[in-house]
Amino acid sequence: MSRAPLPYSPKILDLFRNPKNLGRMEDADAWAVAGNPACGDMITFYLKVSENEVIERASFESYGCAANIATSSILTEMVKGKTLKEAWEISWKQVSEEVGGLPSVKFHCGVLAVGAMRRAIREYYKRKGKTPDWLPKDITFEERQALEEEELAKRLAKRIGGSSVA
Amino acid sequence: MGDVEELIKAHGELKREVYLDFENSSPVPGEILEVMLPYFNRVAYGNPTLTHKPGWEAYEAISKSAEKIASFIGSKEPEEINFTPGETEANNLALIGAALRRKEKGRKILVSEVEPLSILHVCRMLENYGFTTVNVPVDEEGFINLERLKELADREVILASFMAVNNEIGTIEPLREAVEIVKDKSPEAIFHTDASDAYGRVRFDVGRLDVDLATISSYKILGPRGIGALYVKGGVSLEKILEGQFGTQKLWPGVENTPLIVGFAAASEKAFSNFDGNVAHMARLRDKLISGILNGLDGTILNGPLGDRRAPDNVNVSFLKCEGESLTVELSLRGVYVSSGSACTRRILQPSHVLLAIGRRFEEAHGSILMKVTRYHTDEDIEYVLQSIREAVSRLRMIYGSMGG
Repeated sequence: MSRAPLPYSPKILDLFRNPKNLGRMEDADAWAVAGNPACGDMITFYLKVSENEVIERASFESYGCAANIATSSILTEMVKGKTLKEAWEISWKQVSEEVGGLPSVKFHCGVLAVGAMRRAIREYYKRKGKTPDWLPKDITFEERQALEEEELAKRLAKRIGGSSVA
Repeated sequence: MGDVEELIKAHGELKREVYLDFENSSPVPGEILEVMLPYFNRVAYGNPTLTHKPGWEAYEAISKSAEKIASFIGSKEPEEINFTPGETEANNLALIGAALRRKEKGRKILVSEVEPLSILHVCRMLENYGFTTVNVPVDEEGFINLERLKELADREVILASFMAVNNEIGTIEPLREAVEIVKDKSPEAIFHTDASDAYGRVRFDVGRLDVDLATISSYKILGPRGIGALYVKGGVSLEKILEGQFGTQKLWPGVENTPLIVGFAAASEKAFSNFDGNVAHMARLRDKLISGILNGLDGTILNGPLGDRRAPDNVNVSFLKCEGESLTVELSLRGVYVSSGSACTRRILQPSHVLLAIGRRFEEAHGSILMKVTRYHTDEDIEYVLQSIREAVSRLRMIYGSMGG
């Protein structure tokens, strides 16, 4: 319950003020949500994918802190033009580096953004009804963290007697 | 890691700045700073326990300051005012000092669940040393549940601590009733109140309330940071919690900080010199801010009560579909400085314990903003704040979008 100083990088502030690829994508081939309002942290990640599995466009919607908005936005830029396999391999640490470094208490924002992106990729293949060899069967670190954050918020909300919308 | 200098520069030329984060720190107004300045190097810079002119001047300045502050809380004995470095230290001294002194008589401590962390975390620490803490719940406006207090108070209680006014949601607690209930069940119990958010804004008299210990803080009435006080009723004894060289302060060792003590007394005088006028001004601006938000924006919830049952300076509103930390950043870029009960400004996932205690859902607590108005704020300030909040909330809700739905 103690507070941590949050010296955000200029890049985070810039992306917070002028987020790129913001908004719902009506013609998305797949989208996914990570986090929930009870966490205070929630991202929707949309993907437009070409025939040969290259990401043509990505966009996002976000409920969360400045770091959440900035990491989601930068990730939509990072995946553009990449194959789904290449996008899948982006780690939260690369996202953190790309925004000029996240304060340690905000690592989970980068993790959640990658978690949302990977869920969207899984959703894409689910809709296509196929499973490429490289797609891990088990959920990865970033996906697991997103899941644990969602479950922790539910548990805390239950214990304290508040309610969760998840 | 980020470059804070760049972060500050990014604010550019702000057309107006309105500071409302008086919960967490305060600027010192010029009229108070001017009173303090000579005490740094021109007068009373000696140690007040030493036998030379600068020392005697310091002794005189500290005694006069204690007299003034005592009179403002209804104490007749300036010796009952014990200066500490702040609210946190005064609360630690009150709880640890009283618990240790009475540990042979019992181990039970009663507190409300909406006390500040410098009460709740001290209780948690005391539990490691064999004390038990019982939390008294509050209702949906933050008022202590007196019926539950009656059930939970018994002869085992050695110490009770209930705040006079809630620092986050402004609830003016039924302190007199709480004291009566506790003393009726356990006449020997020590009753402490953290009155930091009452002092200078809500009438508060230690004699009329019959409390044993009371914490007050300087920066919450626009005095300097780093100074507060614990009122200790004559005849009530506490264990010291720090050891060393004691001087004019019988419960807190170390060299007295005369300029800060003088500043605390000067800020108190300013707050009390036109008390009713100041309170009326704050309450009017408070209500203008509250109604401007609730009437001007959808998806807003007031936290805490309305009207005379709320501290005149306190505004706390939850904005749905807006996360509080990003709201504080967005408002900062517009020159409006506030704080949030969101978990995102903290180290763990859990948002403000006060907002959860009054039944707010997590997503409501995450979107909460706390603001305090002062006698220095103007109608133009409030109008600027309202305009900035409307713009900030609308931009963040655009980022929230449809959220896949």
